[in-house]
Amino acid sequence: MQFGIFTVGDVTTDPTTGRTPTEHERIKNTVAIALKAEEVGLDVFATGEHHNPPFVPSSPTTLLGHIAARTENLVLSTSTTLITTNDPVKIAEDYATLQHLADGRVDLMMGRGNTGPVYPWFGQDIRQGIPLAIENYALLHKLWREDVVDWEGKFRTALQGFTSTPRPLDGVPPFVWHGSIRSPEIAEQAAYYGDGFFANHIFWPKQHTEKMVRLYRQRYAHYGHGTEEQAIVGLGGQVFMRKNSQDAVREFRPYFDNAPVYGHGPSLEEFSSQTPLTVGSPQEVIERTLSFRDYVGDYQRQLFLVDHAGLPLKTVLEQLDILGEEVVPVLRKEFANLRPAGVPATAPLHPAVLASKEV
Amino acid sequence: MRTLKLVAVSAGLSSPSSTRLLADRLTQAARYRLAEREYAVEVEVVELRDLAVDIAKNFVSGFPSEALEEAIEKVTGADGVIAVTPVFTASYSGLFKSFFDLVDPAALTGTPVLLGATGGTARHSLVLDHALRPLFAYLRARISSTAVYAASEDWGTGGDEYTEGLPHRITRAGEEFADLVAATADSGPGAEEELVPFEKQLADLRLD
Repeated sequence: MQFGIFTVGDVTTDPTTGRTPTEHERIKNTVAIALKAEEVGLDVFATGEHHNPPFVPSSPTTLLGHIAARTENLVLSTSTTLITTNDPVKIAEDYATLQHLADGRVDLMMGRGNTGPVYPWFGQDIRQGIPLAIENYALLHKLWREDVVDWEGKFRTALQGFTSTPRPLDGVPPFVWHGSIRSPEIAEQAAYYGDGFFANHIFWPKQHTEKMVRLYRQRYAHYGHGTEEQAIVGLGGQVFMRKNSQDAVREFRPYFDNAPVYGHGPSLEEFSSQTPLTVGSPQEVIERTLSFRDYVGDYQRQLFLVDHAGLPLKTVLEQLDILGEEVVPVLRKEFANLRPAGVPATAPLHPAVLASKEV
Repeated sequence: MRTLKLVAVSAGLSSPSSTRLLADRLTQAARYRLAEREYAVEVEVVELRDLAVDIAKNFVSGFPSEALEEAIEKVTGADGVIAVTPVFTASYSGLFKSFFDLVDPAALTGTPVLLGATGGTARHSLVLDHALRPLFAYLRARISSTAVYAASEDWGTGGDEYTEGLPHRITRAGEEFADLVAATADSGPGAEEELVPFEKQLADLRLD
């Protein structure tokens, strides 16, 4: 199983000091967080993609390319890549290039984003969100698998005799996850292609995640990619840890209460009981994470959100130390013991990555 | 024959509330009519007052509490909805609107809805037609033709030579609604949410 972190890339004021990092600091901090993730033995770093303040990651492959050059093992991924408003041709080119530079340590997650105006800013119509996700991905899928593509679609200029370069490393397209909170069409899309399904999980009650994952598994089997249990599932989750549970709650509460994504609504306690947010001791995070398996089954990737709510870099790096030292080693062992034979431990890795793991 | 589910949504704030009273009377009228026609009926009441904080939190967090989700599921799963609001500042109350803002816009499509409103003066009675009907028309509900407005004075007066008293209006509205609920239920199960197979989704995008 793979464990990692995903970042939204928000620039958020630290409510305890009133200090707001600059964009430059946030971008550099993001790199520091990724490097730390590798150092503490995590498997995956994924970045969001946004095109408006207060978010900085508008250019994911620039960021991931830089991180690729400074890491050896970390799989670089996205959370998510906007399949609706990016040109699929550019996605094919950018991520194939990243794959070469990172020696295969690349996969990506398709999503539709959460900011309405991004559609018109990029010349698209938000009412066509799902059809855009479907058509653009169909083209991307083809561009990575066929050397010469003839294409006509509804949303993009036709392509005749087009070859996307560079070709995917070793002829193996990057593995793709499809992220969605509650659109059954996207679970169906992931199942149709035999791709992974990532349930963001973090801002929605578990019943929704459970329903979507069940649908994806059934349809994955329906399309003949394997059994329901063999479908490739990823989950999000957000944590804040200290040795003692009470210390974690005390320290995180002002961040929770003021963060644009958390605050001014349900209390920390209510939010924690309804979503995967876990604020407590490493042991509590271990138990909570293991409990996800009860409703989604054996899954392949767990990503944690740790740089949220305006936490300062130092604190985030401490969180990564705790994850790497106390949480993930236990989770690896526990999940491996529970996993039946025949259920893949990870999403398919690039052969180059597999080869390096075998050495 | 399956049991028909009626759900009354009351946005009254006080207890006891005349809004709840009107909701109960309308429900009862519909119930009698359905009993006459030998339908089994099950009634539930959603009091929005009890959900006011959860409704506000849903706007901030983006997801409903368990209690709110349960209430929304009751309403969207009903064979008929009786929706009653007090008039606040010339329209339905903010709480009433906020609740329906959290219902999926397609979830009440085809559902029979009986509208009611209460207020201190009969001068607001057109709120049924200028505020409530458009809201439920947008939701594509089947709006029962007679809606009932109860002013404070209506609870203490009979009709006059031009207008029937409140009990008559309630009975007429409840019976029309009951017949609509029965007709809708008899016309078979509503369209279940179906999964569109992926080939179909792809085919829909093909240029002709």
